[in-house]
Amino acid sequence: MSAMVEIRSVHKSFGSAQVLRGIDLEVAAGEVTVVLGPSGSGKSTLLRTINHLEKVDSGWISVDGALVGYRRSGDRLYELREREILKQRTGIGFVFQNFNLFPHLTVLENLVEAPIAVQRRPRKEAEAAARRLLTRVGLTEKADAYPKQLSGGQQQRVAIARALALEPTLLLFDEPTSALDPELVGEVLDVIKDLAHQGTTMIVVTHEIGFAREVADTVVFMDGGRIVEQGPPAQVLDHPRHERTRAFLSKVL
Amino acid sequence: MPPTGDSAVTHRPPARAAGDDPPVPRRAGPPQPDDPAALKVVPVRHPWRWVGIAVTAVLLAQFAHGLLTNPAWQWGVFARFFTNATILQAVWVTLQLTVYGTALGFVLGLVLALMRLSASPFLRWVAFGYVWAFRSIPLIVQLLFWFNLAYLYKRLDFGIPFGPGFFHFDTMGLVGAMGAAVLGLALHQAAYAAEIVRAGVQAVDAGQLEAAAALGLPRLRRLRRIVLPQAMRSILPNATNEVISLFKGTSIVSVMAIGELFYQVQVIYGRNGQVVPLLMVATAWYILLTTVLSVLQHYVERHYAKGAAR
Repeated sequence: MSAMVEIRSVHKSFGSAQVLRGIDLEVAAGEVTVVLGPSGSGKSTLLRTINHLEKVDSGWISVDGALVGYRRSGDRLYELREREILKQRTGIGFVFQNFNLFPHLTVLENLVEAPIAVQRRPRKEAEAAARRLLTRVGLTEKADAYPKQLSGGQQQRVAIARALALEPTLLLFDEPTSALDPELVGEVLDVIKDLAHQGTTMIVVTHEIGFAREVADTVVFMDGGRIVEQGPPAQVLDHPRHERTRAFLSKVL
Repeated sequence: MPPTGDSAVTHRPPARAAGDDPPVPRRAGPPQPDDPAALKVVPVRHPWRWVGIAVTAVLLAQFAHGLLTNPAWQWGVFARFFTNATILQAVWVTLQLTVYGTALGFVLGLVLALMRLSASPFLRWVAFGYVWAFRSIPLIVQLLFWFNLAYLYKRLDFGIPFGPGFFHFDTMGLVGAMGAAVLGLALHQAAYAAEIVRAGVQAVDAGQLEAAAALGLPRLRRLRRIVLPQAMRSILPNATNEVISLFKGTSIVSVMAIGELFYQVQVIYGRNGQVVPLLMVATAWYILLTTVLSVLQHYVERHYAKGAAR
């Protein structure tokens, strides 16, 4: 099996709070994995360890065959230099709950910043690619707008386009619709569904059960820093085996 | 029909009287729904504002009257010296001190701020030590120290520490009066600039740094393109304060007998005894140039407000 993402025995604490208590997970290439769970279950932290925004305390993660943040030699893991970590991250797109668009740059400048600075692509080429991405998320005419001039849903679609601009092999979504007004959730989910149908490998942390049912190949339910159960949506969402999963679903459905 | 401020009010003079001495109880209930659109909105009155304006106007008029009629101000002497060649030269020296002091001070301050924010405890401590030291030492003491460097250390040797030196400078010729003044002002300014820049950088949302890091942007690029332009919004007002304060603070340099504005004014009134009009010459120049700086501040702030509002 060719796992795009392999997570092995990952532990993480913030001070005395154990946030991840031994996570094992595999995500196959081209699959969509949706992570559900109550707040504080560690799902966002798990996502952030995958592109090394958080360091793991123990265990390891590999993306596309390469260890994230470390180099293995014998039975030691050597921490990578920042330059190498940044290079790894360009293969992993990350979409934040609060969009985190750069407010002082226009939409187009937001999109071409990384391709120009990191991949050294010529500005013309990067801008053409950026405009194609904006068309893909339905915002062709907003290229010269500033983020604050856009609705939340539009901002998040720009953020998705920005993550795609580096042509990553893996996309991570951290509650992409949680900061949105209810009527704007649909437009963002539609963009993500589109990407899913085109075979992008994604891990999505969300509270949108309907989205999970429709798009996920695998649903992972987390609680208390552990994966409680995982499987196809039909199994986890409709016939959960664990009491905690059932309790959670009964509250959100 | 939307009420348009005063015009809606002036058509209804009785409204004011009703406010002071209502013939009918006002909170009698909601207005009758005969025609809600015809009801006029009367804004809150601010009578004390008008009192304040009147008092201020009288005080200002008295002050202006005094300036014009009191012969002790000696405006003739003022006018004669305001554009005097010596004074203009002194203004130029003051400007040079300000520009060099500000430029060097803020460059060093930026470096210190980044050191204080760095992940390296060593750099953090060095920067902290610097800021501590240069905020603690009075500027005037520091200036006199640089000015008298040659008295403390006759020459600077470069070589093996505590061992033989390879080449050396005589400190007497190394730091001239002007150099000592710029050095002192810049080192002093850097300590304050460091704290202003640090506060500005810390005011930028942490999510911005995360997003930049997640995109793989190199550290310097993140700083230059993402963090500093946003930090500038909170840095600028404080930085302008510092520049203006440094601009006037250059008058301290007069202790080193450098021909800046305040020193030259003192020299001239020491000769001709016209203390007040000459102090006014200096004051007028300080006011004039500070005003120019404030106008510049407005435009620079507007530049960095890009994308901040609709």
